[in-house]
Amino acid sequence: MEAILSQLFNGLSLSSILLLIALGLSITFGIMGVINFAHGEFLMIGAYTAYVMQRLSSGNQAGIYFLLSLPVAFGVAFFLGMVVERFLIRFLYGRPYESILATWGLSLILQQGARSIFGANNVEVTAPHWLQGGIQLLAGFQLPYSRIFILSLAVLTIIGMYCYVNYSSSGRRMRAVMQNRDMSACMGIKTRKVDSFTFAIGSGIAGVAGCAVSLLGSIGPSTGQNYIVDAFMVVVLGGIGSLSGTMAGALMIGLTNPLFEYVTTSSMGKVIVFSLVIIFLQRKPSGLFSLKTRALD
Amino acid sequence: MERARWMRRTMGVMLAIMLVISFGTWSKAYSAEPIKVGVLHSLSGTMSISEVAVKDGTMMAIAEINAKGGLLGRQIAPIVEDGASDWPTFAEKAKKLISKDKVAVVFGCWTSASRKAVLPVFEKADHLLFYPVQYEGLEASKNIVYTGAAPNQQIMPAVTWLLKQNKKKMFLLGSDYVFPRTANLIIKAQLKAEGGTLVGEEYTPLGHTEYSTVINKIKAAKPDVVFNTLNGDSNVAFFKQLRAAGITANDIPTMSVSIAEDEIRGIGADNILGHYAAWNYFMSMKTPENDIFVKNYKAKYGQNRVTDDPIEAAYFGVYLWAAAVQKAKSTDVAKVRESVKGISYKAPEGLVTISKINNHTSKIVQMGKVNSDGQFDIVWTSGKPVGPDPFPSLVSKKKVLAPGKIVDK
Repeated sequence: MEAILSQLFNGLSLSSILLLIALGLSITFGIMGVINFAHGEFLMIGAYTAYVMQRLSSGNQAGIYFLLSLPVAFGVAFFLGMVVERFLIRFLYGRPYESILATWGLSLILQQGARSIFGANNVEVTAPHWLQGGIQLLAGFQLPYSRIFILSLAVLTIIGMYCYVNYSSSGRRMRAVMQNRDMSACMGIKTRKVDSFTFAIGSGIAGVAGCAVSLLGSIGPSTGQNYIVDAFMVVVLGGIGSLSGTMAGALMIGLTNPLFEYVTTSSMGKVIVFSLVIIFLQRKPSGLFSLKTRALD
Repeated sequence: MERARWMRRTMGVMLAIMLVISFGTWSKAYSAEPIKVGVLHSLSGTMSISEVAVKDGTMMAIAEINAKGGLLGRQIAPIVEDGASDWPTFAEKAKKLISKDKVAVVFGCWTSASRKAVLPVFEKADHLLFYPVQYEGLEASKNIVYTGAAPNQQIMPAVTWLLKQNKKKMFLLGSDYVFPRTANLIIKAQLKAEGGTLVGEEYTPLGHTEYSTVINKIKAAKPDVVFNTLNGDSNVAFFKQLRAAGITANDIPTMSVSIAEDEIRGIGADNILGHYAAWNYFMSMKTPENDIFVKNYKAKYGQNRVTDDPIEAAYFGVYLWAAAVQKAKSTDVAKVRESVKGISYKAPEGLVTISKINNHTSKIVQMGKVNSDGQFDIVWTSGKPVGPDPFPSLVSKKKVLAPGKIVDK
């Protein structure tokens, strides 16, 4: 019984991490047609921000500094995303193949950059004391606070994103550009500005995700690589550029992966999930929720 | 992609030929030129957490020998290459070190997968590798000197010790590659022979970071102890998440064979407090040689750095090689391979001797328990060096007659 419950919770927890990572990926691909392989590196940058913030803190302030590192990581990744958009991504709009190569190169550069600054050794973020331990629900079944924290972070982010996209004027502009770029431009929306802002937001969310994963494992230059494949799978499965699709994709992969892992092994579990996604995409190439647009492309 | 690689390779070969032609004749005129040695470790990727420090150990020994006037009146010039935690890269870099740089010896590798990848390269060139890390055994190449532990110097005593502590139900957890799988083969045979039971066996890919499911399986299996052969930064995720799930060393202790003082820095001492590890060397050992070793290492690389078993094995490996060179009065690979047999050195862990039969090293065996300083309290020691047996009779019907000469019993 507690094994099932605890697996279910693990699934939810994995889903929430995948969701945080895939969210930014999904909107950048949806709105700009750019496949951003360097997305994982924004996550890594967020994680290193948490590490730097921890180094700055002293003694029992660690908790506050960790909380502070969330907006700071968002800011750092947001700013870096803006810069990257301005000098690289801008030239790749609507050219997915070139964008794969260019962003992959960027990812290597960022990884090496991190290696030069922080060293090749992985570093650790110690969870603040109020995130250590967990709630004892049943004997032998404990919900770790760190995972509950990540779960709520994901829920908050998705609510925030939903409100932003649906109720703010800049969010609505973003959706307009996503649905029909030329028409939006005709209506006077500065699509360039929207693009740049969207890309930065996507990167910023990845930065927040980085803070979250720093609670689970160690941080290294290749941290982003561990998550990028799964995140792509979520985006492709969910349907590109759709918020609810990303959510559904993250839930599906997040819940099934630990399940298969439990009944088989870690490697086999992943193989099964990959195979199921491939079979699914044969039937429904545009994913769970495909964005319906009137654009003729 | 293919074309680019092909072009690069041909250009590399051409460059190498030109280098050989232009320098070959020239270099013979200068006998006091430095002795080139290769250092091949993962300085990037998932294994760098462990291998960077091992490279530092090797470099320190080289620097020490150079400071004392070098070897045969010549300085040692290390050429460092990055294997990048990628096994084909290791093979490629080994080839480069041997055929292009013409090194006298190579010190390197950590994972067995990387050693297996470079093994054919060293055998084909009939060259020499000093391998500093404990491993799963079942190998005794004449082209490799193994300065880390064979199974009977680490894994098997650890299992025996655990069984004596009445920890009979064992759960095996490892990274999915050759070392953990072979090590677990040995452990399973040993459990059968010495009266333990196997309650679970689990492998995760190198670099895996999501351990909640594995931890659930461990909880369901209720073992007395988890025998951990995870490698690289997966260990950080595993121990962090184990602690977050509310399991301490009092509930289910783990015995690790790839976690030393340097890895504890990455994991965080409070995450792994009270868990066990088996090694031949601990930084907390009290020998005069170790005091000097630790002091010098800290002075060279920083006061917050720690020494550990593979660092130490890499360090004394250089000294063993240097002693063999001195004995042979030559850096010629074939001569050194002959003279290295039976060579001893008073290492920080105590006296180490290379076996004449199987190229492995006899060394002391110890168990440690992690304390809150991230150091090990030594809870058991063999007291004297244990001879190496790379082919334990539990799992193998083979016997080593001489390095590279392995026959059926």
